[in-house]
Amino acid sequence: MTSNTELLNKVAEFIWYEADLLDHKEYQDWLGLWSAAGLYIVPTDIHETDYLNTLNLALDDADMRRMRVARLESGESVSADAAGNTVRMVSRIRLLEAGEELVIARCAMTLNELRHGKLITYPADMEYHLLPVEGGFRIERKVVRLLHAEGFLRTVSFIF
Amino acid sequence: MSELIKLHNVSLKAADMVEEGRVHKALYSDPAIFEQELDKVFNHTWVFIGHESEVPEAGSYKTAWVGRQPVILSRDRKMNLHVLQNRCRHRGATVCEGRKGKTKSFTCPYHGWGYALDGELRALPKPEEYEGVLDKAELPLMRLRHESYRGMVFATFRDDIEPLESFLGGAKKWIDLFMKQGGGYPVKVLGEHRFNFPGNWKIQLENTTDAYHFPIIHKSFVSSLDDATADIFDFLHGDGFVEDLGNGHSVMVMIPELIDLEADLDQPIPERFSELAVALREEGRSEEEVKRLVRAAHGTGFNLNLFPNVSCSMAFFRVLRPVSVNETEIQHVALGGEGAPLPFNRKRMRLHEHFQGPMGFGTPDDGEAWERVQKGSLAGTDGWILVNRGMGKLRQSADGNVAGAVCSETGMRGAYRQYKKMMAAAEE
Repeated sequence: MTSNTELLNKVAEFIWYEADLLDHKEYQDWLGLWSAAGLYIVPTDIHETDYLNTLNLALDDADMRRMRVARLESGESVSADAAGNTVRMVSRIRLLEAGEELVIARCAMTLNELRHGKLITYPADMEYHLLPVEGGFRIERKVVRLLHAEGFLRTVSFIF
Repeated sequence: MSELIKLHNVSLKAADMVEEGRVHKALYSDPAIFEQELDKVFNHTWVFIGHESEVPEAGSYKTAWVGRQPVILSRDRKMNLHVLQNRCRHRGATVCEGRKGKTKSFTCPYHGWGYALDGELRALPKPEEYEGVLDKAELPLMRLRHESYRGMVFATFRDDIEPLESFLGGAKKWIDLFMKQGGGYPVKVLGEHRFNFPGNWKIQLENTTDAYHFPIIHKSFVSSLDDATADIFDFLHGDGFVEDLGNGHSVMVMIPELIDLEADLDQPIPERFSELAVALREEGRSEEEVKRLVRAAHGTGFNLNLFPNVSCSMAFFRVLRPVSVNETEIQHVALGGEGAPLPFNRKRMRLHEHFQGPMGFGTPDDGEAWERVQKGSLAGTDGWILVNRGMGKLRQSADGNVAGAVCSETGMRGAYRQYKKMMAAAEE
C-alpha cells in the first residue's frame, strides 16, 4: 500500500461534501456533482456488478436523478413530506485506483434516519468512480451496497 | 344476575366483524385475530410461493413462506417440483437459509442430517445408534401439496381442499392474459424488491384492488411521466372496471386497451418506448416483433388480486406475508421474458425500478399511507373501515360476475367475503 495523502484528502473532502449536501437536502447542488453519464446505483444484490442487466433498488441516470430530486422536493409525495432528518457518517476511505482520468474510492457509510420518531440505521459499503476536474471531481458512478439490501427494507424517501 | 358478555370476548369473532361494505378496524390490530388468521386462512387455502422460472434447473431452490411457516421450493434431478417444510426432522433446525440458488441436497447444520431435493432423508452421521429406533424412510422433510397454473406455484397444508384450478376459477382467464407480457417469450422472474411496513397484511390486500388511491397518493409518480404516459394513468374517468371473480379473487381493469397485449399491435410506438424500439431494430428484430415487444413492455392494464397473498399487478407479482398483526413483508417480483432480447428485459427492469420497491417513485407513498391506516385504526374504541364504494352501482359483467366502476371497492368486498367465510367456517 502506497500513501497518497493529498489525493485521499481531496477525495475525502469531496465525499464528505456530498454527504453533507444529502443530509441537508440540498439536492439541486447534489445534482451538479455528477457527470452527464453518471449512474447512481443501489443494487438488490451486494455481490452483483452487472447493474444494467439486473434489478436494482435504484439505477439512476441523469434523467432519473433529476426526477428523483423533483419528486422529493415537489410537495406531492406524502412519504417525502413525512421524511425526517438523516445523519450519515462516511469513513474507511480507501483509494482503489488513482489515475489522472479516473479515481476509484471505496468507503464505509452508516446512515441514520429518524422516521416517525423511530431511528433506522442503514450500514453500507460505497464505491465512487470520480472524474478529476478543475477544483474537484464529478461523480461518474456511485454504488451504495446496503448491508441488508437483500432483506426487507423500510421504504426510502431520501437519497443514500 | 348474570353478567353481560364482555366486549373483548365478542370482539374475537372476526367473521362477525366483516359486513358487506364495512369491516371493523379491530381486524387490523387485534393480535388474537391475527393468530386465528394464520391458521384459518393461510393454513387452509392455496398460498402463492413462487414462479417456476425461479427454480429453472435440477437442483434449483428458493425459500418462501406459507403464512409464518418457512418452506422450500425445490426442483429435483427429474425436474419435478417439491414444496418442503424447512425443518429438520431431528431437532427442528432449518435446513436451508439461502434465498435462492442451486444445491445437491439440504443438510441440517446442527447434526448433519442430509435430505435429497425431493425431501427424502438420505444420510445421517453415526447411524448405528439409531438401529432399531428410526427408519429413514419415515422421516423425509414434510411435504406440502402443491399445484401450478401458468408457472405460478401454490402450496397448501390441506390435502382435501379443491384443486388449484378450481380455486382460481374465473381468475384463470386473467392469469392467461397476464402471461402475455413476455412478448412472445415465457414469463420469467428477473429479480425482486423486498420491503416491509408496520401494518396489517389486509391493508396491503385491499390496496391492489384500490384504483381510487392512485392519482392521489401517486401524484409525484405521475408527475415524473411524459404527458402521453400520464394520460394512460389518468384512468379514474375511463371505462375501467372491477370484477369480483369469486373465492376472494378480483380483477381491477384500469387501462382497458391494455387487457390483451397481443391485440392492437399496429399502434404507434409511444415516446417512452422509442429507445427500446431503436435498440430492438438495431438487433435486427423484425418490425412485427418490435411492436409485439414494445406492447408487452407496457405490462397489462389490470391488477388481478388472488386471495390471500398474491397479486398479478400490471407488470409484476406483489406477494405479501403476514409477520405479525402490525407488520407485513412484501415482495415486488419483476418479470420479463425467458430468452427475450436484452433491451426488452432491461427496459422491464428499469420500469420496475421507477415505481416499485423501497426506493421506487410509487411504493414509498403506498407504504406511508398503509402505516397511517394502521396507526389510525387504534383511534377510538370502536370504528369501521368503509369498503362500500360503488355498492349502489353494481352490474353484471360479460362473464356473469358482479362488477363495479374502476374505483369501486368491489374487489375488497370480494376478498373480505372470502375472509369471512374462512374465519367463520373454522369457528364452527
